[in-house]
Amino acid sequence: MADKIHLKMTVNGQPVETLAEPRELLIHVLRERLDITGPHIGCETTHCGACTVDLDGKSVKSCTVFAAQADGAEITTVEGIGSPDKLHVLQEMFREHHGLQCGFCTPGMITRAWRLLQENPTPSEEEIRFGMAGNLCRCTGYQNIVKAIMAAATEMNAAKEAAE
Amino acid sequence: MIPAAFEYHRPSELSAVIALLSEHGDEARVVAGGHSLIPMMKLRMAALDHLIDLRDIAELRGIEVGATIRIGAMTTQHELLTHAGLAEAAPILAEAARQIADPQVRYLGTLGGNVANGDPGNDMPGLMQCLDARFTLTGPDGTREVAARDFYEAAYMTAREDDEILVAITFPRPGAGHAYEKQKRKIGDYATAAAAVQLEAADSKVSAASIAMTNLSDVPVWSAAAGAALVGSACGTPAVEAAVAAMLADIDPVEDSRGPVEFKKHVAATVLRRAIARAWSRV
Amino acid sequence: MNDQTPPTREERTAALKGLGCARKRVEDARFTQGKGNYVDDVKLPAMLFGDFVRSPYGHARVKSIDASAALALPGVIAVLTAKDLEPLGLHWMPTLAGDKQMVLADGKVLFQGQEVAFVVAEDRYVAADAVELVEVEYEDLPVVTDPFKALEPNAPVLREDLQGQTEGAHGLRRHHNHIFLWEQGDKDGAEAAISEADVVAEERVYYHRTHPCPLETCGCVASMDKVNGKLTLWGTFQAPHVVRTVASLLSGIAEHNIRVISPDIGGGFGNKVGVYPGYVCSIVASIVTGRPVKWVEDRMDNLMTTAFARDYWMDGRIAATKDGKITGLSVHVTADHGAFDACADPTKFPAGFFHICTGSYDIPVAYVGVDGVYTNKAPGGVAYRCSFRVTEAAYLIERMIEILAQKLGMDAAELRAKNFIRKEQFPYHSALGWEYDSGDYHTAWDKALKAVDYDGLRAEQAERVVAFRRGETRKLLGIGLCHFTEIVGAGPVKNCDILGMGMFDSCEIRIHPTGSAIARLGTISQGQGHATTFAQILASETGIPADNITIEEGDTDTAPYGLGTYGSRSTPVAGAAAAMAARKIRAKAQMIAAYLLEVHEGDLEWDVDRFAVKGAPERFKTMTEIAYAAYHDAIPNIEPGLEAVSYYDPPNMTYPFGAYICVMEIDADTGEHEIRQFYALDDCGTRINPMVIEGQVHGGLTEAYAISMGQEIAYDEMGNVKTGTLMDFFLPTSWETPHYTTDFTETPSPHHPIGAKGVGESPNVGGVPAFSNAVHDAFRAFGLTQSHMPHDQWRIWKTAQDLGLHG
Repeated sequence: MADKIHLKMTVNGQPVETLAEPRELLIHVLRERLDITGPHIGCETTHCGACTVDLDGKSVKSCTVFAAQADGAEITTVEGIGSPDKLHVLQEMFREHHGLQCGFCTPGMITRAWRLLQENPTPSEEEIRFGMAGNLCRCTGYQNIVKAIMAAATEMNAAKEAAE
Repeated sequence: MIPAAFEYHRPSELSAVIALLSEHGDEARVVAGGHSLIPMMKLRMAALDHLIDLRDIAELRGIEVGATIRIGAMTTQHELLTHAGLAEAAPILAEAARQIADPQVRYLGTLGGNVANGDPGNDMPGLMQCLDARFTLTGPDGTREVAARDFYEAAYMTAREDDEILVAITFPRPGAGHAYEKQKRKIGDYATAAAAVQLEAADSKVSAASIAMTNLSDVPVWSAAAGAALVGSACGTPAVEAAVAAMLADIDPVEDSRGPVEFKKHVAATVLRRAIARAWSRV
Repeated sequence: MNDQTPPTREERTAALKGLGCARKRVEDARFTQGKGNYVDDVKLPAMLFGDFVRSPYGHARVKSIDASAALALPGVIAVLTAKDLEPLGLHWMPTLAGDKQMVLADGKVLFQGQEVAFVVAEDRYVAADAVELVEVEYEDLPVVTDPFKALEPNAPVLREDLQGQTEGAHGLRRHHNHIFLWEQGDKDGAEAAISEADVVAEERVYYHRTHPCPLETCGCVASMDKVNGKLTLWGTFQAPHVVRTVASLLSGIAEHNIRVISPDIGGGFGNKVGVYPGYVCSIVASIVTGRPVKWVEDRMDNLMTTAFARDYWMDGRIAATKDGKITGLSVHVTADHGAFDACADPTKFPAGFFHICTGSYDIPVAYVGVDGVYTNKAPGGVAYRCSFRVTEAAYLIERMIEILAQKLGMDAAELRAKNFIRKEQFPYHSALGWEYDSGDYHTAWDKALKAVDYDGLRAEQAERVVAFRRGETRKLLGIGLCHFTEIVGAGPVKNCDILGMGMFDSCEIRIHPTGSAIARLGTISQGQGHATTFAQILASETGIPADNITIEEGDTDTAPYGLGTYGSRSTPVAGAAAAMAARKIRAKAQMIAAYLLEVHEGDLEWDVDRFAVKGAPERFKTMTEIAYAAYHDAIPNIEPGLEAVSYYDPPNMTYPFGAYICVMEIDADTGEHEIRQFYALDDCGTRINPMVIEGQVHGGLTEAYAISMGQEIAYDEMGNVKTGTLMDFFLPTSWETPHYTTDFTETPSPHHPIGAKGVGESPNVGGVPAFSNAVHDAFRAFGLTQSHMPHDQWRIWKTAQDLGLHG
């Protein structure tokens, strides 16, 4: 066993510190050491995207990142995207359009969609299907997830226009 | 799927990386995006005592576009996809990068990792052979260049020494006639077969052609004969079929869950025909 | 209230969000915010982590196990082997199918990935290190992965523990690797029909081995509280109450001292019905160490060891007159059950409800025989998003119909219509012993054909064939038809049980004084949205808005006993229990209302959310007022409170059906495909929540798409699993997944209190034949009769190659 190292990150806007072995995967540090259990473990081979978090402005699969690599990083998980008092429009639209069933993939889906819409605020259905292809869902068949993301984009753009 | 323990290093100078590699020999590995290495570590198929993270080495980054294109080894697939200058100068890179893995993997997966790892399933090695790229390697004895076409020896075996790292990839700015055609089972899969094609034309005839194939041997296959078969033609059926025949003579696929050898050869021929047609239409 | 215009009946109905309302799901608030509580989120003080040493071999003798190096590793608490479990009688455990299964390797291993030793350590990292340090010496034994070879006279003996036993749980064993022969129907009659027929279509149809692969793997946390003598077990259980009973019987801990909790479950699809060695080992480890023990599979463990599905070799013969009237059906199945018969079926049905394989058709005589066989593959045999073996049955009959149509030279849509059970024949007694409760197949079929412009598609296909033959295109067009009949809602206690527990289900309702309510059921949602939809049933029945009703499931200390959620049984059985319990509430409420209004009970009528005096609708008491009175007023001869419980024993199964049509483009050179159109018409009886139904259909179709077009658990001849990760085990992404159009007809079940039939599994049952038939249909003009699934690229290419389509 290697010695533990001291990690500092910003998670959902909060500075956090923890000790971890270098080999500990980011998903495990988030879930086990920082009690952030929104991101889930689905496949462990970088296919399913249930562990997706936002790391320095990129959607990443936290099962394939060592926490040590994320030392100093800014991380956003589904817990940081909205709050119980003010849900993010993506969270609202996933509910509105039945974009989830068992809920296991949902945190990764929403976190990924959140980044996707920042990079492309007006995606076509094809762009959403391509941009979400790193996240597997076993329940919904994706159709309503795509619909939810489309609807969220529309709402967000309308809100932006109204604000301008 | 839990990796074995190791010591983590994150140097900020290239010289420090080389020093660590020299010190620990084959007990050390560098990690770029990690999307080849970390899964192997989790399956305990890659054993190492020292992991050297390259993320803080500034000189491994950056894209320079001129008559020659230079791409730092730590450039991610996502950066290849979104770099405007590159999109204009060498659009085949984005066309290929788009077909690699999925968005999350492309944010972290690097060009350098993809070419240096030696995995025959990776797409960039074949493409780099097609583009006649050169790999810049730095080690304790300094820096040298190796042609992509000479780099690959066998699966996971390359011309890179254990104490060297890949710093950058350079290649001459390619012409417009390009295509990267890949057949796979789904997003995230390796190629059943993929073809990288660059064509140049003069007087409505092919004046130069370069063809490389992916995941059809234990190394990427640059088929000089396939390219030669197109030169002087207008990519009509006889020339294309000659190129396909030449390519088929150069590949050596093995059966896996994507299918048997005969199928892979058939797909290799089909993707090459399509790639040639698309590249020719863009010349 | 000064409101001068009281809400209309329609407004009051809408306010309930009851039956038929596309009510948004109450579950989603926590799931969209990352606040679900799945088993791996359970974290207890001093909790340990367990992990398995697994067999790399498909068949081997275990010569020795040396755990000393593992035990020397700091942080390792224990390493359990069969020797440790034997004194407790727990080194083997009974299966749901009347067989027994090794918990940890007892002398030999019978499939790759089999559990050999259980390492218990401070955390999952140390446990993984320790697994590497356990040294196991194996001696190779010959491997059998082919069920036909397993039945050859000289085949290796797989189950040495059964040697000499010629009788199994389901009758005679005629070979050392034979498990049972199970038969239904009239064998002689079917033979006679076949020998006398104008036309007989005969084919071997393989439904390959696959896996439910929910996104969350299986796992549990066992916590033995030695002070109170109580065991608490959190786990991914689709049937928590049955797990409690089994845990009690196995461990000897009294059932009241065991509490089983299914928290949020990240998809099940049948994977989480079985009882797995990980659960047993975690319980034992917690008892031994006195600390909570968590075990969670990784994805490879999941795909390799827990709960495969299908693996049925089906030999069908279907007989018909020359004008296409079906006269008989005979089917023999060679069923590969793997190393232990751990199929999750009702006890008396070792081949599940496979004998629904007469499908939607009026077939006068039929026979089914199923031989169960042991091989060196993982045990399981679960109903992966289907009622027990119903997807196999639907696939068989829908392939046989297509093949028969080919042989008759008849259009397959017309052949179906010609043989459908007619509306007036319901309730219909099938040749294999089922009583189909209701249906209107012709209406659904005609609607489907019209919706896709079936005749237009056939014309386009004919043109395409001509163009292909001329060399103008390399793409073929397939039209995949399917009309399926499901059988769900197991089931009547008289013939359906799991380990002796009748397959009733239950609901308990408490109305609170202020008129809101909590209801608990014996089922457990894995994404189906029970907390939303059961509340809708109760809203319509009790007049309490669904938003004021909490639904709870999955905690055996609080919920009434039920058999759980699988086989689309929640709505047909627990949903019925909910309606029946609600009606008991209403009966009492009527008595209370009569007292309050000073009228006779018979003078009252139910009106959406209240009892009103007949002929004087302005005199009424709402359910809210009645609930308050139930707790407040001293009402003569009526007990205080307002609660009810119902245990519902369904009188019959329900028979949802549907008509699916898939239009597929196939590239003859690369084997690639594109789903151009998929139309799915479902009839699930009364529709509780159209939004949830549509979601279920989308999801089930996507699983069907995966299964038909690429997903499989494949073994090589050495018994190695070739598809152990999601690189090779096909789960489609949003990119590959087609777009679906859904539609419906509504034929209520006559015996279900609200007429509902269940829908969760229909799309998988009907989807697989539709996708597969589309592939077959694309090559029909070139003479293809059968090519086995999954239709991945190389297999489609091989079909084209074998038909000479590559020039």
